[in-house]
Amino acid sequence: MENAWLIPLFPLVSFLFLLLFGKRLKEASAFVGILATLASLVYSILVLLERLESPTHKAEAVWLTIGNLELTAGFEVNQLNALMLVIVSLVSFLVHTYSKGYMHGDERFPVFYAYLGLFTFAMLGLVISPNLLQTYIFWELVGVGSFLLIGFYFYKESAKAAAKKAFIMTRIGDVGLLIGMILLFWQTGSFEYDEIFAAVEEGAISGTMITLTAILIFIGAVGKSGQFPLHTWLPDAMEGPTPVSALIHAATMVAAGVYLVASLFPLFNASETAMLTVAIIGAFTAIFAASIGLVQNDIKRVLAYSTVSQLGYMMLALGSAGYVAGVFHLMTHAFFKALLFLAAGSVIHAVHTQDIEKMGGLWKKLTFTGPLFLIGTLAISGVPLFSGFFSKDEILIAAWAHGNYGLFWLAVIAAFFTAFYMFRLFFMVFTGEARSEMKNVHESPSVMTLPMLVLAVLAVVAGYVNTPWFGAFLGDWLVEGNEALGHGHIAGPGWIMIVATAVSLLGILLAWMMYSKNSISRDWLSSRAPIAYGVVKNKYYIDEIYNQSVVFATKAISLFLRFIELFVVEGLVKLTTATVQALGKTGAKIQNGQVQTYGTIAFVGLAVLMVIYALTGGYL
Amino acid sequence: MSSVPVSAYLALALILFCIGLYGALTKKNTVIVLISIELMLNAVNINLVTFSKYGANPSITGQVFALFSIAVAAAEVAVGLAILISLYRNRRSVNIDEVNQLKN
Repeated sequence: MENAWLIPLFPLVSFLFLLLFGKRLKEASAFVGILATLASLVYSILVLLERLESPTHKAEAVWLTIGNLELTAGFEVNQLNALMLVIVSLVSFLVHTYSKGYMHGDERFPVFYAYLGLFTFAMLGLVISPNLLQTYIFWELVGVGSFLLIGFYFYKESAKAAAKKAFIMTRIGDVGLLIGMILLFWQTGSFEYDEIFAAVEEGAISGTMITLTAILIFIGAVGKSGQFPLHTWLPDAMEGPTPVSALIHAATMVAAGVYLVASLFPLFNASETAMLTVAIIGAFTAIFAASIGLVQNDIKRVLAYSTVSQLGYMMLALGSAGYVAGVFHLMTHAFFKALLFLAAGSVIHAVHTQDIEKMGGLWKKLTFTGPLFLIGTLAISGVPLFSGFFSKDEILIAAWAHGNYGLFWLAVIAAFFTAFYMFRLFFMVFTGEARSEMKNVHESPSVMTLPMLVLAVLAVVAGYVNTPWFGAFLGDWLVEGNEALGHGHIAGPGWIMIVATAVSLLGILLAWMMYSKNSISRDWLSSRAPIAYGVVKNKYYIDEIYNQSVVFATKAISLFLRFIELFVVEGLVKLTTATVQALGKTGAKIQNGQVQTYGTIAFVGLAVLMVIYALTGGYL
Repeated sequence: MSSVPVSAYLALALILFCIGLYGALTKKNTVIVLISIELMLNAVNINLVTFSKYGANPSITGQVFALFSIAVAAAEVAVGLAILISLYRNRRSVNIDEVNQLKN
């Protein structure tokens, strides 16, 4: 555990190595990346196992000294960090392996692996940061990695736009984070998590200030985790290669916002308002994104909206003081969502389209991907005995126990939506008849299916570390020695589990009737409420609204400023040069060699001088 | 004492000077320019004589100075005409606006 700082360095070495020698290695660069992340994974698991027994380890060195102030850099291995290390390095390792098959034949194969290494380094660095400043640095690095990978197919206009959008949207949130961080530093004189929590506990910070900083930091998390209203970048980020979507935009980076809120949980918990804000934003995002997911036809976009929705669940859990529930769902979601994305990638790899309207009947052709996708779908839908069931149940209980009854019912409806759209996706892709001609449909190579298999196993069993039946092992461990985080297991009424099961089964049933058995017409609802359907289909016109308001206003301002620049600034410059030029030209013209001209000028000059002399009364 | 006021003399000198200046600056023919310069010199001479007679401290010095100036002007005209003639020989012209070799 003393050497946990090595974990992020393996991918960094891989990144630097591939940057230098990638061109020569060609596709062999995959092995460099896979080995590096494997090393990280093994080490992370060792650290986690060690952490189960021993207390938190924290090591720091002075980085900068400014006056009396010492800024430190180091690492910390607490329960949350150890867990995140394993999640990130595991998903990263599997995605590295998977990409070897998926990206096969791509011209920029080594570059892809280099970027993956950079991202993994940043993400691992983020989760072991002991202070806010270091977190912020890695936070931004993660954003860069995401930007590079979304824009990996930079020759596509849409990918370029999506990369820029992702970067700018998250930057908006980051400004909030930065301001919140600075305010905290101003109040407590430290970036260290421990000292901030101590100051909060002592009451050294006023209540309003706590609320303010917590909400500002939450804005950063909103940007990174694709919460409403900054969620629009995440579906567009699906322009990147599918393994990237699995790694960054499902399992790790987007969970960074949740991680940030979780690691600053004592700060949030000190303010009722901040907690309520987090919970409301989370619940609203959960149902909002789920409703959009109901009608999307792009396989990756459905998954993207489902990610947004699930992240909303995590925020709801954290906002309802369900620290364990939030982190637990973060973990299970990382597994089953990465699985779903990788399986979707495998489908795309096989049929070369992302439009589910064109797919169908793939169950028999993709004998391996199909069942794996089904496992992921069952897990995310919250079907009993799968991991998603336990974590979603925890969240619902947390929301209920905290007294957020309205939000609780929102979450239940969102769970219904989730089950429905996930199974709609499943039925449309895998059952029925093929809706378009598909040639050469083939199962993916084993280098792609094996990582999915590992994730599928985890998607099934990961839930059992924290169940109401066999004991809340994960929960008890997470909050051990830290009362500020709440209880390991929140007791809730038993009927919640039944309700959760019922709605998810109901959703599946409805999807089955509409998309598989066809006993209910598909446009039963869309033909009855065309306006509502149109609104949802167009993602509530959020992008359009942003285009019309923020983007338009920004463009208008920039146009205005451009005019100022063109006419005022440029005008001044032109005026200066024109004056000088005119003076020079006149001077040149005057110097024409004509004695009489010179005489005239001399005389006029003399006359002017005399006039001035006379007017000033001789005192110049 | 005559009844002619000082200002009349000065006005005469001024008018004479202005005519000379105008001629010197506008005429094309160098001979006319030289004549105009003579006019200006004489305007100055009138001033000198006027002040030597009616100035704050009347003295003969002013008239002596005027004589000096006339003598110098004569010498100057001689030199000027000499230059003019040599110029004419070189360029077959006495137009002052064609004399601008120094420019290039």
